[in-house]
Amino acid sequence: MNLQLNWIALKTLVRKEILRVTRIWVQTIVPPAITMTLYFIIFGNLIGRRIGTMDGYDYMQYIAPGLIMMSVITNSYGNVVSSFFGAKFGRHIEEMLVSPMSNATIIIGHVAGGVMRGLLVGALVSMIALGFTRLEVEHPLITLSMVVLSSTVFALAGLINSIFARKFDDIAIIPTFVLTPLTYLGGVFYSISLLPAFWQKVSLANPILYMVNAFRFGILGTSDISIAYAYLIVVLFVIGLFSVSLALLNRGVGIRE
Amino acid sequence: MYALTIRNLTKTYPNGVQALKGIDLVVKAGDFYALLGPNGAGKTTAIGIICSLVNKTAGQVEIFGHSIDDDLATAKSFIGLVPQELNMNLFDSVHNIVLNQAGYYGIARPQALQRAEKYLSELRLWDRRKDVARALSGGMKRRLMIARALIHEPRLLILDEPTAGVDIEIRRSMWKYLKRINEEGTTIILTTHYLEEAESLCRHVAIIDEGSIIEDAPMGEVLRKLQREVFVLSLRDSVTKAPRLDGFETLLRDDGDVEVAIDSRQSLNILFDALNNKDITVLSMRNKANRLEELFMGLVENKQHSPASARPPG
Repeated sequence: MNLQLNWIALKTLVRKEILRVTRIWVQTIVPPAITMTLYFIIFGNLIGRRIGTMDGYDYMQYIAPGLIMMSVITNSYGNVVSSFFGAKFGRHIEEMLVSPMSNATIIIGHVAGGVMRGLLVGALVSMIALGFTRLEVEHPLITLSMVVLSSTVFALAGLINSIFARKFDDIAIIPTFVLTPLTYLGGVFYSISLLPAFWQKVSLANPILYMVNAFRFGILGTSDISIAYAYLIVVLFVIGLFSVSLALLNRGVGIRE
Repeated sequence: MYALTIRNLTKTYPNGVQALKGIDLVVKAGDFYALLGPNGAGKTTAIGIICSLVNKTAGQVEIFGHSIDDDLATAKSFIGLVPQELNMNLFDSVHNIVLNQAGYYGIARPQALQRAEKYLSELRLWDRRKDVARALSGGMKRRLMIARALIHEPRLLILDEPTAGVDIEIRRSMWKYLKRINEEGTTIILTTHYLEEAESLCRHVAIIDEGSIIEDAPMGEVLRKLQREVFVLSLRDSVTKAPRLDGFETLLRDDGDVEVAIDSRQSLNILFDALNNKDITVLSMRNKANRLEELFMGLVENKQHSPASARPPG
């Protein structure tokens, strides 16, 4: 592999993705900021006051890391899905396919774009959260690494979704029927210790639970699950999804006739 | 040195359609090569495989000696593609479209900026560089795709019907430009429905029909195979029926002109002698159809009527 060529191609792809996100900021940045502000007002402020504390923290403080992670996940996923499927739909994916850049570079470039948007939105939601509650980052390294890894997992998942997607409906199915339920059931709004034993075990099959809890541990210092286990799961997801994406692109699934 | 070597290339789509039935092609470096065929003949599939937009079923493809199976990245780096259909982000600016393409080929930003200015200027798009692609006219979009394909200065440029739907003035300026870059050393493969385009630009022609190559020879040699040519004569004095000229088939057209069919072995002098004998004055004379077009139709018709191509009913 020609490293210099792929490095320039990667920088080009990332630059293109950042330009896309910033050019259509009304679609990419503003909606999550408004949605999360509503979450903070309704769930955190109005309902949260009646709930009291969760694991020893104000309810608003408890849900803030989960809401930040939720916005990161959905935006990382959504960015890659819309960018890659849009390129397929408009056929300008062919610009990349005819070029000598490797399939790994195509994946990394799109994932980097998704992570950038996820982090941008995450930073914005964190600032909004600071308007409602106090957030002291207990473990900065864990917080940062977990948000980047989780964002990578969902950017890769978004890429796989868009590889298989043939029409716009196909890119809405996974977010609606898989991503949203898993996020809501992933411990964003509650501690799984509140659930009956059976549902606690079921919740452990949800990868988002590990991401939300590890991120919450990084900020608040509390978690329902083992942090080492969370890292293991997230890293395995990154490796697994990257390998699947690469295999799909190498075989030309969804992109070559 | 061969720019392109194709051996026994086969493509069968999942729906069972066999688009390519084991074609062989060789394109010399520096050639201007026409790949002709009716719609659905397999031209775009062949180009798709060469540019790795379509997976092949079997066969070998080499670009300047580099196999697309063993050294795909190097093979791809030699090719510039101008596809049949628009395949650019219409919401992106003209400048970004060519700069991004340069980046995908590993061209560093400062050099990409220089080349973008060079090729956008040569294709008369530099003044429109800040516009989004969708604001361009059809001809400008075609020229943008040529600029994009040239930004990495490929050794082999493949154009799949590059002048489809553009007006004659732009078409002719594109021909001039393509001739120039071919003279500067770029090998060009062209598919087109405008056979006049192939005849005036290309030195070698291959005709593909139903997934098989039915002709592959230098243009001059191919044109020499023409058995018959039809000329349209405009006469000074109008006639009510076609004049009878010994040794020639004639036909009176609705517009009053006369068509004369001439065997390729016959001399035009004999035709004019016959016209003079009848006191017929010719004001002008032109080919009824493009010569290549006649040959093309003849080859395709011959193939359809040959026993080998007879298909079972149903």
